[in-house]
Amino acid sequence: MSALSARVLEIREHRHRIAVAGVSLHADPAGALYWPEHGLLAIADLHLEKGSSFAARGQLLPPYDTAATLERLTQLIALYAPRVLVALGDSFHDGGGPERLSGIDRDAIKALQRGREWIWITGNHDPDPSDGIGGSFHAELHIAPLTFRHLPTGAHGEVCGHLHPAARIAYRGRSVRRRCFAGDERRIVMPAFGTFTGGLNVREAVFCDLFGTLAFTAHMLGDDRLYTFPAKRCLAD
Amino acid sequence: MGEVKRKLISTGRGIWREGGLHTLYISPLKALAVDIARNLEIPVREMGLKVRLETRTGDTPASKRQRQRRDPPDILLTTPEQLALLLATADAPYLFSSLKRVVLDELHSLVTSKRGDLLSLGLARLSALAPQMTAIGLSATVAEPDDLRRFLMPQPIEGERLADLVLGQAGAQPHVQILDTDEHLPWAGHSARHALGEIYNLIKTHKTTLVFVNTRSQAEFLFQELWRANDDNLAIALHHGSLDVAQRRRVEHAMAGGKLRAVVCTSSLDLGVDWGDVDLVVNVGAPKGSSRLLQRIGRSNHRLDEPSQAVLVPANRFEVLECRAALDAVAENAQDTPPLRTGALDVLAQHILGRACGEPFFADDVYDEVRAAAPYVALARADFDAALDFVATGGYALKAYERFAKIRQGKDGRWRITHPRVAQAYRMNVGTIVEADMIKVRLVRSRTSGALIPRGGRLLGEVEEYFIETLTPGDTFVFAGEILKYETLVEDEVYVSRSNATDPKVPAYEGGKFPLSTYLAARVRALLAQPEAWRALPDQVREWLEIQEWRSLLPGPRDLLVETFPRATKHYLVCYPFEGRLAHQTLGMLLTRRLERLRMKPLGFVANEYALAVWGLGDLAPRIERGELSLAKLFDEDMLGDDLEEWLAESALMKRTFRTCAIIAGLIARRFPGEEKSRRQLTISTDLVYDVLRKHQPDHLLLRAARADAATGLLDVRRLGEMLSRIKGRIVHKALDHVSPLAVPVLLEIGRETVYGEASDAILAEAADELIKEAMQ
Repeated sequence: MSALSARVLEIREHRHRIAVAGVSLHADPAGALYWPEHGLLAIADLHLEKGSSFAARGQLLPPYDTAATLERLTQLIALYAPRVLVALGDSFHDGGGPERLSGIDRDAIKALQRGREWIWITGNHDPDPSDGIGGSFHAELHIAPLTFRHLPTGAHGEVCGHLHPAARIAYRGRSVRRRCFAGDERRIVMPAFGTFTGGLNVREAVFCDLFGTLAFTAHMLGDDRLYTFPAKRCLAD
Repeated sequence: MGEVKRKLISTGRGIWREGGLHTLYISPLKALAVDIARNLEIPVREMGLKVRLETRTGDTPASKRQRQRRDPPDILLTTPEQLALLLATADAPYLFSSLKRVVLDELHSLVTSKRGDLLSLGLARLSALAPQMTAIGLSATVAEPDDLRRFLMPQPIEGERLADLVLGQAGAQPHVQILDTDEHLPWAGHSARHALGEIYNLIKTHKTTLVFVNTRSQAEFLFQELWRANDDNLAIALHHGSLDVAQRRRVEHAMAGGKLRAVVCTSSLDLGVDWGDVDLVVNVGAPKGSSRLLQRIGRSNHRLDEPSQAVLVPANRFEVLECRAALDAVAENAQDTPPLRTGALDVLAQHILGRACGEPFFADDVYDEVRAAAPYVALARADFDAALDFVATGGYALKAYERFAKIRQGKDGRWRITHPRVAQAYRMNVGTIVEADMIKVRLVRSRTSGALIPRGGRLLGEVEEYFIETLTPGDTFVFAGEILKYETLVEDEVYVSRSNATDPKVPAYEGGKFPLSTYLAARVRALLAQPEAWRALPDQVREWLEIQEWRSLLPGPRDLLVETFPRATKHYLVCYPFEGRLAHQTLGMLLTRRLERLRMKPLGFVANEYALAVWGLGDLAPRIERGELSLAKLFDEDMLGDDLEEWLAESALMKRTFRTCAIIAGLIARRFPGEEKSRRQLTISTDLVYDVLRKHQPDHLLLRAARADAATGLLDVRRLGEMLSRIKGRIVHKALDHVSPLAVPVLLEIGRETVYGEASDAILAEAADELIKEAMQ
């Protein structure tokens, strides 16, 4: 069975369900959330053009990150065929990102937007709506009972990004660190989707502050499934 | 040395000044440079010579370094990194064009690493700036003197040029013996716990003893055990590379002052510096190579006319064989230093940027200059151009970064840096030594329940970050001679407290793990194949081999013995390549992949210096006999093709190798001590860069550099390849009904040795399962 058809099967069986404010969302191991009732697919922190952003400051990182991120996004969209796509902010690494897009990558974004509603939530890295990249721009999107926004506020029903959660598990003398969803039943922080995005450990104080306690869950991204651990079980870096 | 003649020389900025340096002395250790300077100053002063000599290392104050560039001394004693820095300034023509001599000390230890590549390029530049200059190399341990002779001379396009060879008078033949222990010789392990009393007695009956071990964790262990036995309160100290510098200096001073009876140390004391009146060297564990051993033995009795005294203490039975082979090699004064390297491309990239920081250049000129360096003599123009392209715009097939170029070709055809900031970044990043990320270890009082841990205890030293990553709070380990408990991590420091545990989790940090040299490995195989030579071995070892011969068989010197046998609920396959742990680990990774594909369901493997054991649930022996599984095919060289490729994609070792290349080549900046963790979050992970490059530009310069390193470094792929080709058609299979004597040592490693961090989903799945089990109880 190919990885793709395995994924489709899992979608049918609704295996990786995460409940937020009573809504059952499908969590994809690529780092996306799908809301079947609305045909809505959400991804966070694409950080497109991060490579060129570093290059402009003297670190000539490979210029392939945007294409790689869009390629993974293309696969997801082919899989779920969402009616609405929500990019939860920091879609570009900096305000100049849209301008630096290559023609090929710009066309790829346009192709992805065809036939669906495309919502750019504005983030702290890309606060100003940009022309020439299609879609519509919003500070946040409310579809009861959920609110999609970039910066976490801790509000009930919040689906957000910004923090790039990652978790670490040590077992038998080896340690694995992966991106993850961090959530409790009221709200969820999505992992960063971008190819060059690093992760912030869920044991950093900011997560505890956000959830009020350590009683939240890390859903770590595996190769073809999620692995769920209580935050208490995860280790600091 | 006489009067130094001076003349007017251009500073490179169009200013003419009186002459620069006369002699340059370069050493691998800054401590050695400082030591030599001190020893030179005495005769210079006594003879009243008008010669100024100064040192220049990373510790030299910035003001003095600046003054040295304006007003250089006659003799400068320095390191390869400082030479690179000086060459990358506009002052280089002024500083070096009057140069008469370059002295390269302990040359053998430089040429086998990337530091040697950098030095060779610096030397080539010096030859261009000062054609009259003579280079002199010094070395006490050389297998192939011609390699070093080539290294010293600018090489012509065709043929080769050799420096003159001056052989020093050989010293007295050293007295070396293997400790003939009365105790039971262990089957496995490296602790030499059995010989502790005997080592202690040796220390007691000598004035000053150096006790060499191979790894820092062995040093920690032995030091602790010796103190436990130290009823006479002898002054025994510990010295290894991750101890705090202040503590190391204290030990060195006490040593020089004759205040110590013994120092337990790693290769941190291998080189040059004279540490007072040592009358005995004890080498615990395997010698690994005859040159290494000779170097260590030479630490005792520095007078040439008296023989050095040394005792080898093998920690297990295989090490007895290795010690015996080394002893025979020492008697023949046989050296086994590795052959000269092919120059690395990441180092070349660093050098090209340094050249541009010095002065604008024509690509053709630098290409010719670089090929005068022995390691780069065969450098293809295409590779040079790729390195130049990498320095300029990252070397990407997708030409996206022209506007961000670091160096650019001007209308005059010369390459120059685009901004002074580029030179500044180069200076921060110069050199080829990339340390693993280290974390400071600080001693605090133990946490009483709930209370906050007090900050700011005593600093004990540093350990690798990846070691700490495998610990959970409460775990114990040995460090700085004490058993410590891991309390918590605060920013970039790990807080530990004293523990009264008696069975610590021994440190896994592996400073100075050298593989067995190919030369010694061949001697050990020859020894095994020659029963008449076993007479020289201790009784316990001889019996062990005799039973092996009777129960199974002993491989011929060029053969590979493969044994299969059941044990408990599992089935084992054990082979004996004798190629060192690193090559065996790579072999283990690749064999288990192949067995998995053949649906033979391997479960795990473990490697030591001599053997590799793979186990699974199915019995392989009948399938080998029925011809369903061909050992010739299983061990075929083609495993270095697709199987290796697949493994490299996810190998943590390969990612570590890539990171080193990326830092040396200047793609990403080094981290400096004191940089906070929060800043680290902003730096890019080289693992992500590695993944992206593999996918989008597999022939990128940095991936090629990392592959070249994998051939000899942590993966030792080249050695594995040589072994696979050696054993072609020479595999001997022996099916047994239970474990053979030769297999016992490697099986005892199970559970002690873990393969470094191939972190995968499997671990997450196991941890998740365990959690479920816990919850269901």
